[in-house]
Amino acid sequence: MHLPKPWRLLFALPLIFLAIFYFYPLLSILGVSLAPEGRLDLSGVQALWTRPYLAQVLWFTLWQAAASTALTLLLGLPAAYIYARYDFPAKTLLRGLTTIPFVLPTVVVGVAFVTLFGPRGVLNDWLMAALGLASPPIKLLNTVWIILLAHAFYNAAVVVRIVGGMWANLDPRLGEAAAVLGASRWRRTWEVTLPLLAPSIAAASLLIFLFCFTSFGVVLILGGARFATLEVEIYRQTVNYFNLPLGAVLALVQLAITFVVMVVYTRMQARSSLPLNLRPQSMTVRRPATRREWLVVAGVNTLLMLVLLTPLLALAVRSLTLGADAPTLRHYLALGQNPTQSVFFAPPVEAIRNSLLFSLAAVALSLALGLLAAYLLAGNSAHNRPSRLARWLDPVFLLPLGTSAVTLGLGYIIALDEPPLNLRTSLALIPLAYTLIAMPFVVRSLLPALRGLNPRLREGAAVLGASPGQVLREIDLPIIGRALAAAAIFAFTISLGEFGATLLLYQPRYPTMSVVIYRALGQPGVSNYGQALAMSTLLMLVCLVGLLLIERLRVGDAGEF
Amino acid sequence: MKRTTRRLTLLPLLLLLLAACTAPPAPAAPTADAGPQRLVLMSHDSFAISQEVIAQFEASHNAVVEFLKAGDAGEALNKACLSKANPLADVFFGVDNTFLSRAIDCDIFEPYESPLLAAVPDDLHLDPQSRLLPMDFGYVNLNYDRAWFEQQGLATPQTLAELTQPAYRGLLVVPNPATSSPGLAFLLATVAVFGETGDYTYLDFWRDLRANDLLVTDGWSEAYFSHFTVGSAGQGDRPLVVSYSTSPAADVFYSEGAKTQPDSGNISPPGETFRQIEFAGVLRGAKQPTLARQFIDFMLELPFQEDIPLQMFVYPANSAAAVPELFSQFAPTPSEPAALDPAAIEANRERWIEAWTEAVLR
Repeated sequence: MHLPKPWRLLFALPLIFLAIFYFYPLLSILGVSLAPEGRLDLSGVQALWTRPYLAQVLWFTLWQAAASTALTLLLGLPAAYIYARYDFPAKTLLRGLTTIPFVLPTVVVGVAFVTLFGPRGVLNDWLMAALGLASPPIKLLNTVWIILLAHAFYNAAVVVRIVGGMWANLDPRLGEAAAVLGASRWRRTWEVTLPLLAPSIAAASLLIFLFCFTSFGVVLILGGARFATLEVEIYRQTVNYFNLPLGAVLALVQLAITFVVMVVYTRMQARSSLPLNLRPQSMTVRRPATRREWLVVAGVNTLLMLVLLTPLLALAVRSLTLGADAPTLRHYLALGQNPTQSVFFAPPVEAIRNSLLFSLAAVALSLALGLLAAYLLAGNSAHNRPSRLARWLDPVFLLPLGTSAVTLGLGYIIALDEPPLNLRTSLALIPLAYTLIAMPFVVRSLLPALRGLNPRLREGAAVLGASPGQVLREIDLPIIGRALAAAAIFAFTISLGEFGATLLLYQPRYPTMSVVIYRALGQPGVSNYGQALAMSTLLMLVCLVGLLLIERLRVGDAGEF
Repeated sequence: MKRTTRRLTLLPLLLLLLAACTAPPAPAAPTADAGPQRLVLMSHDSFAISQEVIAQFEASHNAVVEFLKAGDAGEALNKACLSKANPLADVFFGVDNTFLSRAIDCDIFEPYESPLLAAVPDDLHLDPQSRLLPMDFGYVNLNYDRAWFEQQGLATPQTLAELTQPAYRGLLVVPNPATSSPGLAFLLATVAVFGETGDYTYLDFWRDLRANDLLVTDGWSEAYFSHFTVGSAGQGDRPLVVSYSTSPAADVFYSEGAKTQPDSGNISPPGETFRQIEFAGVLRGAKQPTLARQFIDFMLELPFQEDIPLQMFVYPANSAAAVPELFSQFAPTPSEPAALDPAAIEANRERWIEAWTEAVLR
């Protein structure tokens, strides 16, 4: 983008942000861990050879991430297709629903899955009654299958949003032209649509892979104790054994693999992305015309809702029926009571407000920084190829996703402890930490759209006398509007769900919805369990309302995109 | 439409500016002579106390108490250790006896011989230099589903060893000792009961439990709420769980008056329960050392101690503190807890957990 010189300095902001809130804390904790008292302690490196189970952990981490990614694509791609190509009743609501799993704390998802798939869960009860079985036929809990299923449950939204966002703006005339030339439906998909979608599929796969690669809660809670990813092992070494040298070495291994995966991805993507004539949705989306098309839309939606919605519904139903014969709101009402007069009691309204405020701050910050970063990476508009600098920077912006949250959390404690950066106990640290995790998603959502932007449109506008600001407003923004909405949705849900943020310090005076959920699950009693379920249901509702609002709040013309 | 687009283009930049302005920390208000002093209490997530009790301290000492929660007991202690050079708080609450040695080794606590220690039984007072002062204690034992055992006509196990019998196959769920504090406490109890050497070691016991279809979960919450038949209100299928001796009392308390009797009961064989003692201390380098010591005293005095049971469902350390009727009815203190030295726990924790993981999970 052509901007007057002083404005170009703006592009340094995302890098400065990363330097202060990512590299500085990370290097500090690695330094303290690997060289306590200034002398290098490499006992952790040695352990890589002397403890063979670490190799098993690494192998498991890699293959479950790959398998989870494949399963998520299998579930998400058909959904991305129907949301991108067809217009049908309740589409916005349904798409909103697919994103909710993304915000749920893993412990809540654990409860939902047990309610559904557990030995006495809904599904087993039903099957046992229907088939007259004596023992539960479905034994998913504490197997690797439930880990994969939960990963697909969590991440399907990434495919729907990122691939679907791109698909919705692909020019359908390309496929039509191929059809006119006699290409079969199969060949059109294989040779026209998929290659065009490849960059966005790769982007979505990368994010999902990294998410599953660093998976922590899902593996611990649903997989039971038998499975461990690298992140789980880092947690065990760091927190349980306080073996910082080994924890740091494992964190570095995780980081190195992340970096390699990303470099490979960036290379591939640079080769495959080409400028496209993206079209507004008014041209690409239509009502299903034939019965067959209606069947496809209905079928895919049913499958998707079955996988994504039944656990959520099970949770909501339980919040109304737990410990009662008839549906009751008593667990919701109990949220507003403080029978022990605890100083840490938070009225639900306050928790919802805090969650929203932290999330909105993170959305604003990650959109601003992510937009700048995406422009920096999208490269020079003249040939639309990523520059050498961008090729190296691209993986750097993704690094936070592959970084152990445990390690980084401790890094904050030791690095941000002195003015002017004494942020350890500052409320500002919470949205800053969310931003760090949300930014890779924002950048990933925006990049395919920005790279697909035909530079001739900008050049044309410039030749006709448009100022850089006008070009941005009239050309860029309408075209990337859809991607921007997707980015905002990711930032919002990630912050609302608070990935890894529990590893920071928090001030109980400003509790969020997840804090209330965890607190309720900390003590026995039906009322506590009921309150956790009720607050989780509220979290889902708040998320859904937020998503629908963001979908509505589209940017100018871009609403059509 | 044009105007909206323009405004929205500027929005991210404006927000960024805004964020940049708000990002610097609010400087800690310097304690003026007239204003109240600020005391920061750092703790694990489970710490709780009532408003009224804290207000008493704030009023009598012209202070404001601020709280900082830092994860579970292990995470919170690690954070305190790592921030040694620049402490986050004045007082730390919640080092238990399994972490006592690590806390002492970190050298983050200032000795304080509180006069109120006289009211605390000697066997709770584990640090002779009083860097860490006992505040409360609780017992990790087995909880069972009373209705389930009655319906099945099955007697509850009387010792841990009986858990490996075929009658109890597939009934027990335990939290992972590697990731859960009650899980670790239970493992330590089995180490104390069965020992590391001899014909039948703690690992033999665990192998037999494994063969008897033991279920291991990551944390206490999953074990109790997802798998324990009582905690999950019928969704789980395990009528035996490793939990606290106070859980049945909590079950009644949190039933909102619906229950007069708990649905669960305790199994606490003599010598086979683990006692978790929780300590607090003044952090070295505290900004308000005097106030911090006064707060330690306050925590050992009766109003605070008598507030502890129903806030955190543990027993108060001060032997003069009265416990609520709910406790005397449904949560009697088990006799003879298993004995293990904190130094031995710190020295062997990793080895025991690794050996356990090898025997039970791999």
